[in-house]
Amino acid sequence: MTGIGGFARRVVIGLPFAWLVLFFLLPLLIVLKIGLARSTIGIPPYTPLVGPNGIAATLENFARLGHDTLYLRAYLGSLRYAVVATLCCLVLGYPIAYAIARAPLPRRQILLFAVMLPFWTSFLIRVYAWIAILKPNGFLNNLLLALGLIHAPLPLLNNSFSVELGLVYSYLPFMILPLYSTLSAQDQSLVEAAADLGAPPWRSFLAVTLPLSLPGIAAGSLLVLIPAVGEFVIPTLLGGPDTLMIGKVLWDEFFANHDWPTAAAVAVVLVAALAVPLLFAQKLLDREVPP
Amino acid sequence: MALLEIVRAEKRFGAITAVREVSLVVEAGAFFALLGPSGCGKTTLLRLIAGFERLDGGHILIDGHDIGALPPYERPVNMMFQSYALFPHMNVAQNVAFGLRQQRMERRRIATRVEEMLALVQMSDCRRRRPHELSGGQRQRVALARALARMPKLLLLDEPLVALDRKLRDETRIELIGIQQRVGTTFLVVTHDQEEALSMASQIGVMNEGRLVQIGAPAEIYERPNSRFVAGFVGEVNLFEGIPTIGPAGPVLRVAGMPEPIPLPAAACAGRDRLALAVRPEKLALSRERPPGFALAATVTAIGYLGGLSAIRLAAAGRELKARMPSALAAGLVRGSPVWASWAHDDAIVIAD
Repeated sequence: MTGIGGFARRVVIGLPFAWLVLFFLLPLLIVLKIGLARSTIGIPPYTPLVGPNGIAATLENFARLGHDTLYLRAYLGSLRYAVVATLCCLVLGYPIAYAIARAPLPRRQILLFAVMLPFWTSFLIRVYAWIAILKPNGFLNNLLLALGLIHAPLPLLNNSFSVELGLVYSYLPFMILPLYSTLSAQDQSLVEAAADLGAPPWRSFLAVTLPLSLPGIAAGSLLVLIPAVGEFVIPTLLGGPDTLMIGKVLWDEFFANHDWPTAAAVAVVLVAALAVPLLFAQKLLDREVPP
Repeated sequence: MALLEIVRAEKRFGAITAVREVSLVVEAGAFFALLGPSGCGKTTLLRLIAGFERLDGGHILIDGHDIGALPPYERPVNMMFQSYALFPHMNVAQNVAFGLRQQRMERRRIATRVEEMLALVQMSDCRRRRPHELSGGQRQRVALARALARMPKLLLLDEPLVALDRKLRDETRIELIGIQQRVGTTFLVVTHDQEEALSMASQIGVMNEGRLVQIGAPAEIYERPNSRFVAGFVGEVNLFEGIPTIGPAGPVLRVAGMPEPIPLPAAACAGRDRLALAVRPEKLALSRERPPGFALAATVTAIGYLGGLSAIRLAAAGRELKARMPSALAAGLVRGSPVWASWAHDDAIVIAD
């Protein structure tokens, strides 16, 4: 990049880059630093990196993650919950996104508005609302009892079911919107061409619409999976002792145990582990054919 | 039996009638062109035949079978889209094979047919390429190969030449005619370009505002248009509107602003109070001396040099005339040259609509 144009370009790219370094990379490095320290009584409750004897870094926190199965179980549990939630969001969200994309324009705007409306209320309040619905003498149980469909309240709260429900409920719009974006941008003449060449609607969906919506599926899945793995509020409010998720473990280490270094190590491993599906999905997105 | 028969087809979109009582017959092996301006209903008619729209009235028959109730994937009709509509996630060979896979043809036969089709359109070397790696002309060939792969009884082409540049257009036009004759499929082309229609088709149907106004061979449409619209739309024309009367030497047309009435060819005007006379620009003869018979005094206002031909505009009797002649004949003319414009009696076309 040379000349005035080059300078302007560097500024334009440089500003968001600097922002990202300052607010993403730097905090991550600070967390890493804490992970390399030792837990101690004091403020802050960890040993400084540069001490009187030079650089004092330890890998014992990371080692502990490997020894205590709690952390491994929590990681895998989180992954399991997140993957199931992503699949459910995909199965539920795809037909919704498809229907919105095919709807006539005025109706489409209303439907999109309806999808985004929940964001106008506090996320926390909505999760609490699910407690009121799912608890033993909550709305749903009382309804089923009144209709005579059950004779004792169903255990709908503080278990895997309620956690998955909470995850799917919260993240569904993040699946619907990217899917809608991809589906509505699709060239309808391709579907007509497929029909003209002998494909009934279900075949043209499988052969044309679905493959071309893969970037939307990848984007939506990413937007659900990544945050869902680290989700903390939902397992805390809707989960129970058996619903172990890494976000809650991290919170407990940080606030209950005051063990910042271990919590930091948990966080660093979580970020590193999530890099794998991220790269995979990036490959899928890159496969998208240029217009 | 005719291959395609449309009987009083009707299609409405809300308050607008896009296709109005259209009936036509296309014989097997014909190259039929639906010609008309934007919005005349020709594309709607094409989509009705393909099955993307449902008829509000009338019937469409292929080989005698009424296909109106059939969805597009069950009709023996294939279409080449204006935008080509190639599947971007498949390569050329897969695109061409798509229709054959829907027919559940066995693998080896599909491969053979794909090769045949690619050879037909001269795209054999590009079979592994993706659509975005092809030029516009190449994409069109693939679209054509894909549409012909299933050997449809009728091939519909939606403005096939509109996206191509001039040179490519001429070449493609000739290729299309060649392919059509080799394969023997009936072609139905929709176009707004009268030059395309005249040069490619064996039969032309001219449409305007939802109606079919004239059907005939290209020469007939051009030499004997049945309405002012057809005369003006297909090719350039000089139109004289007036009142027919009987003069001393036979029937003549009195036109407002003209010094003398124009002689009418033969018995053209029985019982009509208004008539139009159309004279094609190439039939207009220009001379320095006043010729015998009917002639108009005119002044050259513009000369358009087109290479072998020249298009000349003239001002005469308060109106603009258009003439077209070999450039050699127009050699001495400049803006402002006074000339006499005349034409052979029988070269004038009487339009009685």
